[in-house]
Amino acid sequence: MTSVEIAGIGLHSFGRFDGVTVTDIGVTAVRQALAEAEVGRGGFQAAFCGTAYGGVATGHKVLGALGMTGMPIVDVEAGCASGAAALMLGRAAIDAGQYDTVVVFGVEKMPRGIIRSSFFDPWQEEAGFAATPAYFALRAQRFMMSSGVTKDHLAAVVVKNRRHGMHNPDAMYRSEVTAEAVLSSRVVSEPLHLWMLCSPNEGAAAVVLRRADTSGAAAEGRVELAAAVLRSHLPGAVLSESTPMAGLIDDTLPTPSTLAATDAYEQAGLGPRDLDVVECQDTDAARELMSYEELGLCAAGGAAEMLEAGATSIGGRLPVNPSGGLLSKGEPLGASALGQVVEVVRQLRGQAGPRQVHGARVGLTHTVGRGANAGVVLLRRT
Amino acid sequence: MRVSGAGSGTFSAMSTAIPVHVGLFTETDPPDLLGGRCTSCGNHNFPRHEICPYCASDATEAATLSAVGRLWAWTAVTHPPPGYRGDIPYGFGVVELPEGLRVVTRLTEPDPSRLRPGQPMHLEVVPLHVDDAGQSVITYAFAPDEPVTP
Repeated sequence: MTSVEIAGIGLHSFGRFDGVTVTDIGVTAVRQALAEAEVGRGGFQAAFCGTAYGGVATGHKVLGALGMTGMPIVDVEAGCASGAAALMLGRAAIDAGQYDTVVVFGVEKMPRGIIRSSFFDPWQEEAGFAATPAYFALRAQRFMMSSGVTKDHLAAVVVKNRRHGMHNPDAMYRSEVTAEAVLSSRVVSEPLHLWMLCSPNEGAAAVVLRRADTSGAAAEGRVELAAAVLRSHLPGAVLSESTPMAGLIDDTLPTPSTLAATDAYEQAGLGPRDLDVVECQDTDAARELMSYEELGLCAAGGAAEMLEAGATSIGGRLPVNPSGGLLSKGEPLGASALGQVVEVVRQLRGQAGPRQVHGARVGLTHTVGRGANAGVVLLRRT
Repeated sequence: MRVSGAGSGTFSAMSTAIPVHVGLFTETDPPDLLGGRCTSCGNHNFPRHEICPYCASDATEAATLSAVGRLWAWTAVTHPPPGYRGDIPYGFGVVELPEGLRVVTRLTEPDPSRLRPGQPMHLEVVPLHVDDAGQSVITYAFAPDEPVTP
């Protein structure tokens, strides 16, 4: 497979920015990534934009505002994994020999409150089935029954990620919280309390992908996009992120996250043991712990122990969500996957400041959400 | 027909009661849950699918599903989700039916501490809200056979 490098990264902070348009937010991130890659107008042959709520031709509006159109611009919706889908397409196009340089970005300006999604039929909304956090809660409950994870562990995930997020100037929440405060926040859907859920918000992230020049020493210290995989769900799992109305009594089906991780490890010739840093989908605190198992970071039933041992805190064996995760940053759907990629690139370059994972060479990012869509990305410093 | 209130006894439905969606349940006493079955792979489905969602076969038929099952997962919704027209809080969960199906459903019990894994549940038809035309809108929900003391 062709070697593809991350030639530049850009980020618009995640938060709430009244009076700033989704186009403005996207422009900030794309411009930074292009500048870092020293790519100007005409310097890239295609663009892929991930967004779920941006509306028609979001990518065109961002690149139009920069005066850089004419090339194919593909807008991609894949729920929480929209940015991962855009990244997969961009990488695949370079692999196929179609382009040498592409821009991939994700941008979002989310409505406030529980995310309204056209995914549900009107009658499902009317009857109360569009209660997205309740599906998270059911998934958390079943996970807790099978894994030994308790509410205290869920609170500990929030404490960990918010502690990491204190050192991320691009995060929405940058204050430490205690487990007591997390467990005192109101119950949204048992077992999930308000502070265990991430907040939908606004932001953008961008990367420039370039066919790598592997000819000499110049490649040293670059970050390579070792795999960018998107998978959907297999039918049957009732609590899949595909949120069906029913499923089969079958607990053997691999989740979309596991499918994506398995493919990514195989494509890159890497495994969970090679990882130094992970950014994973912590839409809710239980979701992060489920991801440890789904991504093979621990054996089935090992998530609580991994968390308790501090393995996934900065300074531990395999820090997870050093950026503070979505629990600190908030979740702009189209931007979140590429925001993770930007974080891991910074980590691999040694540019993460006080939240730096020392000596990180290989990182994984993971997003999963409605569709179901699951994206897993592997990045490696050469 | 009889419509059960959510934990508040029962009352007679007005003749104007309309289901939130057609084809999900019968308005009989007791009600039935309406789904489908694939004659190719043998799996049941809910709501009724013309194409089997599990094996992609066209060989499906309508099937009346069990109105009893066991509780597999549950929670409560405490904040009105988008487009919702009923009361909060309400119970929400998954019930396992003998046909090998797990069905996502409203629960009549909105207090999670009063429910237990595996407890026997049965189907009821419950009032959801009164629409703009003054008609009572009804939906299906599963109720515990026996209440559990928290």
